[in-house]
Amino acid sequence: MELRKNYFADVRKDDLNEIGQPRPRSDSPGHVTGKTAFFADRNFPGILHLKMVRSPHHHARIRSIDTSEAEKHPGVVKILTAKDVPHNVYTILILIQVGPEDETVLADGKVRWKGEAVVAVLAETERAAQEAAAKVKVDYEVLPAVFDMEEALKPGAPLVNEYHGQNYYLYDSGECRKVRFGDVEAGFAGADHILEESYQSSPIEHAPTETTGCVVAPEGNDRFTCYTNTQAMFFTLDNTSIILQMPGSKLHFVGGTVGGGFGGKVDVIVEPIAILGAKLTGRPVCFIYSREEEMQISSPRAAEKVVIKDGVMKDGRIVARKVTGYTDAGAYSRHSPYGAQKGAGHYPGPYTIPNVWIDTYCVYTNRTPSSAMRGFGVTIGDFALEVQMDKLARLIGMDPLEFRFINAYRDGDMKAHRQPTEGAALIECMQEASRAANWPVAEKYMAMSSYVKGA
Amino acid sequence: MAKVPVQFTLNGSEKAEFIDSGTTLLQALRDKIGDTSPKGGCHQGTCGACSVIIDGELRLSCLTLAETCDGAVISTTSGLSESGVLHPLQRAFLDTFATQCGFCTPGMIMAAKVLLDHTPNPSRDEVVEALSGNICRCTGYEPIIQAVLTAARANSQNAA
Repeated sequence: MELRKNYFADVRKDDLNEIGQPRPRSDSPGHVTGKTAFFADRNFPGILHLKMVRSPHHHARIRSIDTSEAEKHPGVVKILTAKDVPHNVYTILILIQVGPEDETVLADGKVRWKGEAVVAVLAETERAAQEAAAKVKVDYEVLPAVFDMEEALKPGAPLVNEYHGQNYYLYDSGECRKVRFGDVEAGFAGADHILEESYQSSPIEHAPTETTGCVVAPEGNDRFTCYTNTQAMFFTLDNTSIILQMPGSKLHFVGGTVGGGFGGKVDVIVEPIAILGAKLTGRPVCFIYSREEEMQISSPRAAEKVVIKDGVMKDGRIVARKVTGYTDAGAYSRHSPYGAQKGAGHYPGPYTIPNVWIDTYCVYTNRTPSSAMRGFGVTIGDFALEVQMDKLARLIGMDPLEFRFINAYRDGDMKAHRQPTEGAALIECMQEASRAANWPVAEKYMAMSSYVKGA
Repeated sequence: MAKVPVQFTLNGSEKAEFIDSGTTLLQALRDKIGDTSPKGGCHQGTCGACSVIIDGELRLSCLTLAETCDGAVISTTSGLSESGVLHPLQRAFLDTFATQCGFCTPGMIMAAKVLLDHTPNPSRDEVVEALSGNICRCTGYEPIIQAVLTAARANSQNAA
C-alpha cells in the first residue's frame, strides 16, 4: 500500500535515517541457523522434571492428600504441597497495589477451577514424574460450581473465591468501574432511535508454538538461575521473590527469547514452583507445559459480555451511549481486574458522544483463570462497538463509513473519561481506508480533518 | 533400563549413542547429542517444529523413535549453513522477514528444503502444500511462502 505523505505534512520530517528503511532484525540470524537459545534448549546434568497433579473438578473442597504411593515410585525425588510454599497465596498485580492476594501456588483446602495445580512431583525423568503424579491420591468433596457471569452475580450463587467474598472484583469505585459523562437518560429521551444489543465472546487460547515453561539451575551459592520464556521478566522475578520469600538478589532470571507469547506468558505460573523444587532438592529442574496444558491450563483471553444501548439521531449523531461490560476472570484475578478497567476507559470507542454511562464488571466463575492477550479489555469491546456502529447506520439508513465520520473523535474533543483527545488521526485513517477499499464517501467527509476545528 | 546403541550421520558427522528404548529422535538430538535446532512444540506430530530430514525425506522427529534411525543420514537446520555462509533458504528467510519468534523457523526451513530438493521451481500452491504441516502463530505465513519462492528463484538463477 502506498504510504501517504500528504497528511500532517507540516509536522512531518522526512529526513529520517531508519524509519522507512528495511533493517535486518537482530534475532533473525539465530532463528534461521537454529542457534537462538530458547529456555528449553538449556540442559543441565541431573535435571529433574516437574509434573503437576491437577484438579479434575471445577470446584471442590480437598479433604485429604495422600502422596505415600507416589513417593515410593522409582525415580521420584521430591513431592511438594501447599505447606512447602513459603507464601502460597499471591496475586500478580500486588506489585502495583492491586489486591487482595487471591490465588494459591498449590491448592490449599480447596480447588476453584478444573486443572488447578494441587501437588508438584519432581522426578528423574518426565515419565517417572507423570507416573508418580498419577499415584497421588486427593480426596475431594465436590462443591456446586458456577460458569456463567450473570449467574455468578445473582444472590445465592456459589462463592467462587473467598479472598474476594463476592463474585466480582471490588474496585475503589464499588462493584464495577464506572464512567459518567453528561446525562445519558436525557440523551436517550431526546434520541430519534434507541438500539440495545448484547455481544458475547468465548475464551481464546493464544496457542504459542513454544509452550510455557522454565529451566532452573542452582548456582551453588543459594542463588538460582531461571531460564524462562516469561513475557513479564520483572513481574515474574518480583512475584517469585514474594512467593518464595527470597530476596531478588538470589534470583537470576534469563529470558527475553519467547517462542510466541501474545500475552499468554505474563502470568507467574511455572517459575516459583520450579525454583522451589531446585532449592529443596539442590538440583536443576525443568517445568514445561505439555501441549495439553498449554491449551487447557494456561490463561486464555477472558470471555466477555458487552451490552450496548445507543440513542441516535436521524442525521447520524449518536447522542447517548450506555455500556455494561462483563469480563470473566475465571477463578482468580491475575490481570483481569485491569482488563475490565481498561474496558471502562476504552468505551465509548473512538467516537465523541455527549452523554455516556459505562459500568464494567470483573466477575469470578469456576472457569480457567483468564489473563492478558493482545489488547485484552479492548479487543472484544471493539468488536462489539463496531458491529453496533454498523447496526446503527443500517437503522437510520446511512452509509456505515459516513456514519463513523460524523461521530469520529477529533483533537480537542473531551472523551467520556475526561481526557482531551490528542493526535486522533481517525478521520485521516478513514479517508485513506475509503480510497484503499474503493468505498467512496461524500466529498464533505474527505475534506474533514482531525485537527482543524470546523473542517 | 537396558540401553540401545544407535549410530547415524547428523549433518555430515558420525554420531553414536546409547539410548533408552522408546527415546524419540527429538529427545536424542536435543538431550543426548545437543542439537537443539529441532523444537518440541506439541510432541504429538501436529506442529512441525521438530521437522528434520531423514534419508532425504521430511520427518517429524517427535514421532520417530531414535532406534529406528540406525544407519540413517539425518539433516537439521543447524547443519545447513556451510563455513558460515547461509543457505539460500536461510538468506531468504532473513531477507523477507519470515521469522518472528523463531520457534517454528528451523522446522519450516527443513520442510522448505525437502520441497526445493524435489521441486526446484515450485508453484505458490506447492509451497503452501509443503508447509502445511508446520504451524506458525506469528507471521500469518505470507512472508514464509515468499521466502521459499525467493530461495527457489535464487537457486535457479545460480544454476543458470
